[in-house]
Amino acid sequence: MTDVNVISESNQEHGLSREVLMNLGPQHPSTHGVLRLLLQMDGEIVKRIEPHIGLLHRGTEKLCESFTYTQIFPLTDRLDYLCQPSNNLGYALAVEKLLDIQAPERAQYIRVLMAELSRISGHLLITGALPMDVGAMTSLLYTMRDREMVMDLMEMISGARMHTSYCRVGGVREDLPSGCVERIIEFCNIFENRIYDYERLLENNRVFLARVENVGNISGEDAIALGLSGPCLRASGIDWDIRRDAPYEIYDRLDFDVIVRTDGDCYDRWKCRVDEMRESLKMIRQCVAQMQPGPFLIDDPKIAFPVDKDLLAHSMETHIHHFKLAAEGFKVPKGEVYSAIEAPKGELGFYIISDGTEKPFRLKIRAPSFVNLQALTERTTNMKYLADVIAMIGSLDPVMKEVDK
Amino acid sequence: MPGQFPLEKIIDNFSGQVSTDPTVTDMPCVVVPPAVLVALCLFLRDDDAFKFNFMADICGVDFYPSLPRYQLVYHLYSIDLGWRLRIKCPLDDPPKAPTITHIWTTANWHEREAFDMFGIVFEGHPDLRRIYMWQEFEGWPMRRNYPLRGYKDKYNPFGEEKASSQKHTIGDIL
Amino acid sequence: MGNLTDRYKDNVLFTTSENIMNWSRKSSLWPETFGIACCAIEMIAAGCARYDLDRFGVVFRASPRQSDVMIIAGTVTKKMAPIIRRLYDQMPEPRYVIAMGTCAISGGVYNTYSVVQGSDLFVPVDVNVAGCPPRPDALLHGIVLLQEKITKSRKQRKTDSLPQSPSMKEEV
Repeated sequence: MTDVNVISESNQEHGLSREVLMNLGPQHPSTHGVLRLLLQMDGEIVKRIEPHIGLLHRGTEKLCESFTYTQIFPLTDRLDYLCQPSNNLGYALAVEKLLDIQAPERAQYIRVLMAELSRISGHLLITGALPMDVGAMTSLLYTMRDREMVMDLMEMISGARMHTSYCRVGGVREDLPSGCVERIIEFCNIFENRIYDYERLLENNRVFLARVENVGNISGEDAIALGLSGPCLRASGIDWDIRRDAPYEIYDRLDFDVIVRTDGDCYDRWKCRVDEMRESLKMIRQCVAQMQPGPFLIDDPKIAFPVDKDLLAHSMETHIHHFKLAAEGFKVPKGEVYSAIEAPKGELGFYIISDGTEKPFRLKIRAPSFVNLQALTERTTNMKYLADVIAMIGSLDPVMKEVDK
Repeated sequence: MPGQFPLEKIIDNFSGQVSTDPTVTDMPCVVVPPAVLVALCLFLRDDDAFKFNFMADICGVDFYPSLPRYQLVYHLYSIDLGWRLRIKCPLDDPPKAPTITHIWTTANWHEREAFDMFGIVFEGHPDLRRIYMWQEFEGWPMRRNYPLRGYKDKYNPFGEEKASSQKHTIGDIL
Repeated sequence: MGNLTDRYKDNVLFTTSENIMNWSRKSSLWPETFGIACCAIEMIAAGCARYDLDRFGVVFRASPRQSDVMIIAGTVTKKMAPIIRRLYDQMPEPRYVIAMGTCAISGGVYNTYSVVQGSDLFVPVDVNVAGCPPRPDALLHGIVLLQEKITKSRKQRKTDSLPQSPSMKEEV
């Protein structure tokens, strides 16, 4: 390939060297998907890293331009496939901003509840996968066992294990099923202790610590310049969380701490996520406690399907609206909006330009993983050896489908 | 969030070169020609009244067939002050823009993405190559006149016939 | 094959060589640890505690040279397809392919400029597992189906015939 030639030419410029070119991925298990790295190695020392992405580029943004606003929800599911409800929420908020509407209060609670559940599910995978990449296999089996509990809750609430597509513009698709709240509380009680299990399993594990502590340090300034967000940024000591600083939905009513750590190494990024799961549990508990019965979908026949399905059989007007909505979708006024939320990976932004029709003129996804992955350079401090690169990939937690869009 | 966003300060500092966009309502927005873009970005990053240290996103837009055809949309955020700002930069055809990688490192991949998808050339970019598509790929997939399903090949029997690409190249010139 | 499940009297078994080969092949299907997209998460879930693929003799291997089955778990793009084909070529025969999920089967919703419209355009697929993504149970079902297929196979496969082999060769 052409890329290989680029590096070998630069080799010749520097005269004879012992450096070899190594290919890592895209099928390598520790690249978390289809990330391909070209590494210029001097023995075990990494001289240069060149990430190659795009092996999963499916043209989501282009596809969005030919879909109606409601049809795009399933596509947002498939961005960050570990935390679908967060993506749904981010997109729904952007469209609602364009339409200048707001979801009913109960819907907002349900959305936040789902988003936090999905944050747990996303962080759980990396809590187990990073140690597995560096040799501690057991942790993944523990976390995947507990992730099944979250999957069960997701399935109970939305009907799907992974791709929930639960949000709608102006609310959520269905109300919480009966018995769900009890299950959520039961989950919280079980899971709270499980987090201590992971910590006990790994925090005293000398092999794990040797591989991640003081490896891949990113200073606060660098982190901002690289555009990192989410746990990767907060692990470097920058205290910024969109949920607290520009609260959307009902986050301003929830009481939670923003986890900030100082070193910015792989261990801190990992630990930051573990602690965030605890905060998410706190938020889920508050959501369940504060939630009041009420409508879960906006009462506007031009935007949302009728909640009462019996109306379809009796009211001609409802029927017409339903047909138009299903066949054409709803029109969105001309304008543009950028709406960012704190997804588990970082700032997830949707920039939508609407030309007044049922389909977006342009939809740009600001994918946090895409930006975070840029931190994977040879310039990162304390990332000297090949083994450190593996720890670094794991701690940045890229989801390749989001990176490639 | 401290007070009103000092939008006038930007306008005054770049008198006649930077204008506001009244159609945008969700955040402050300035329109800037590509020649002034780098100066504006440096000013916004270093001035104490703004401190836009976080570049969130670069978005390329293709307004085919209306003119000017291309546009770059930058979203900035100030972590210290909590402000967001949108910069719009209309581009001619063929699209060319100055790079801002020396101002924000993160712009590197964003600009490569805009180059890959729209063919916008960033002058001075350290490593301007395709990022998503393979290097031999022809065409700029996100442009409005590129078919969604691409062109027919052995992996994609549903694509358009390649012959129709002749029409598109004429459209490019218009 | 009934003889195998009997008590091993005098240590003599009567079976055909085909049967014993098929039996041993189907009981140790080793797939490649190779996730592409969302389906990979369900594949991991199927391998972990609750669904436990190990019960079927399915143990994930990281190298294509040690594996028998390739589970194509996710969207295959045009950039990725030659790489998957190369991995497939590295696997020792007999080799099997499971296309997991709608994207791998037919491209699914992603009928765009960069997505391959079905894995059978570049590798021969044995089992399609439908779903987006398929539940882990569905993947288990797919593996059981593949085992049935292996049990019924009557002769050793000598060569794989490809749907569009001539052009494929030069690509790889």
